[in-house]
Amino acid sequence: MVLNSYRTGPDEKGHFGKFGGRYVSETLMPLVHKVEAAYREAIQDPAYLKELDELNRVYIGRPSPLYFAERLTEELGGAKIYFKREELNHTGAHKINHAIGQVLLAKRMGKTRVIAETGAGQHGVATATVAARFGLKCTVFMGAVDIERQKPNVFRMKLLGAEVKPVTSGSATLKDAMNDALRDWVTNVHDTFYIIGTVAGPHPYPMMVRDFQSIIGRETREQIMAAEGRLPDSLVACVGGGSNAIGLFHPFLDDKEVDMFAVEAAGHGVDTDKHAASIAGGAPGVLHGNRTYLLQNADGQITEAHSISAGLDYPGIGPEHVWLHEQGRVNYVSATDKEALDAFQMCCRTEGIIPALESSHALAHVIRMAPELPREHICVLNMSGRGDKDIFTVAEALGAEI
Amino acid sequence: MSRLTACFDRLRAENRAAFITFVTASDPDFDTSLEIVAGMPDAGADIIELGMPFTDPSADGPAIDRAAQRALAAGGSMVKTLEIVRRFRAGNDSTPIVLMGYFNPVYAYGIERFCADAANAGADGLIIVDLPPEEDEELRIPANKAGIDVIRLATPTSDDERLPTILSGASGFVYYVAVAGVTGGKSATADDIGAAVERIKSHTDLPVAVGFGIRTPEQAKAVAEVADAAVVGSAIVSLIEGGLDDDNKPGKGMSKDVLAFTRKLADGVRSAKR
Repeated sequence: MVLNSYRTGPDEKGHFGKFGGRYVSETLMPLVHKVEAAYREAIQDPAYLKELDELNRVYIGRPSPLYFAERLTEELGGAKIYFKREELNHTGAHKINHAIGQVLLAKRMGKTRVIAETGAGQHGVATATVAARFGLKCTVFMGAVDIERQKPNVFRMKLLGAEVKPVTSGSATLKDAMNDALRDWVTNVHDTFYIIGTVAGPHPYPMMVRDFQSIIGRETREQIMAAEGRLPDSLVACVGGGSNAIGLFHPFLDDKEVDMFAVEAAGHGVDTDKHAASIAGGAPGVLHGNRTYLLQNADGQITEAHSISAGLDYPGIGPEHVWLHEQGRVNYVSATDKEALDAFQMCCRTEGIIPALESSHALAHVIRMAPELPREHICVLNMSGRGDKDIFTVAEALGAEI
Repeated sequence: MSRLTACFDRLRAENRAAFITFVTASDPDFDTSLEIVAGMPDAGADIIELGMPFTDPSADGPAIDRAAQRALAAGGSMVKTLEIVRRFRAGNDSTPIVLMGYFNPVYAYGIERFCADAANAGADGLIIVDLPPEEDEELRIPANKAGIDVIRLATPTSDDERLPTILSGASGFVYYVAVAGVTGGKSATADDIGAAVERIKSHTDLPVAVGFGIRTPEQAKAVAEVADAAVVGSAIVSLIEGGLDDDNKPGKGMSKDVLAFTRKLADGVRSAKR
């Protein structure tokens, strides 16, 4: 069935088709309802929107540029490649877009403390940043494994005044950090706002985070019209939970001439047990507040994800992505650790931009796709984050010593 | 009449509250877990909550989280959990068993198949902590049809506006989570619990059980004076953990110690003045 619009979801209970919803403990339900009510009210309030616009402009540095990647385009010899430069945002990634929106909401709801989970540390840094800016207490939950591979971001969060709580349960990565954040939230429900770092969790989070991130796609639309006088032929973004991808895609979902590619982390390969590709290798299930595709065994136990990129190392994906996948509107593909590393290096050499390992997965797909496409094909890649945080991981993978 | 209704009717006639124990199925292993569960009624448990282990128990504190990880490492699964129920039921036809856990393993097992198999094994109720009333219809309807009650949870955040949503469709009993938090955390005062139970009872005729933060016979007694049942979980589970060696093998007498502690808790409940 072809829908009139792919942009009307979720329904009033937070469902995208049969995905999404609100699967949290009863203690949290009244608060989750209040977050939704506060959000719906805030986005009708000119004062809230004005403050958000102003902070986007002077604090984040928006709009982020749309940049023609000339040398990469030449090197690949096909499609004309643009980068949406989200890595130039304050704190170095797209995560600040939804952190600002949510902290303003937390303040509006009278909360005095914010918590967050983080994988690569980008969302943790973004949350610590906005908490500092608005004088709120901040605790960030981070898997012990991720703390080890993302030391610079851990120190950044501490400098910003946040408490970083190492999580040692389970696989000690992003999913376990989210478990502990939920445990903290249910315990401190009276004064704490949970700033979720992706388009997942109980309704309204997938919708709310998407709305805040959609500024990426709205700007891209205007910028590409100014640069090329037409819409792009394709959009490419990496997807773990899927916040940067939905942010780029959502404003284009009803433009059927625009093809979209979301790139999951294939780790050692989707046919191995070491990957983080929920759509390629997962099954429907319920975790962390929503129904979505999850990496799990036949008994419904969640299995560990693997990716060289900490930000994609999560066994689930946002529910709207699963719906877009089942509708066939967005193509979900994947790139391995090795492909991402190769793309990382090519981008450094040809464009003088050190991309995040997360964004390098999207680049890997562009590198595969572009040479086969005609020169008039316009492709926009979401450069969702900068890779300074990843240099230790990359050095280790390449056998270099720093 | 269901075993849960029969149990609460009998205790009402005896003018005392129910004592509900919680352990995780297959913790620390299948055989030991079955031995502990099978010994619970003689140790004074009126109702047994059996945890269905899940990798990501985000509403539980460290004690029950570790119990779930131990159970899974020892080969625990949905099939094994139902097998424990089946074997328990072979020797006991009256003590109600309530399966408690998270939705994903139930969903992966297949909802219809799960309800049929759980009823067949002899389970009486279900508590799925991450399945709020807004989302539980797909499980509640087939479960009720199979004769299994879906127990709803009320919490300190359940105001008078929220309670009707929670209580509509509830059966068996209502589980009042006495503190906002995870299992094994802080304790509420008996006064606060009493007031909450009274408020819930003004909305429903169902029995109200109280859990979270009850660790000692004295606390169990205090709760039993103001509620229809007192639930103890983390304290028992911690005792299981304390009786394990470095390889999570139970030491000699561990089950006996756990059941002796259960007896003390049960005595606390039974000594409550009502």
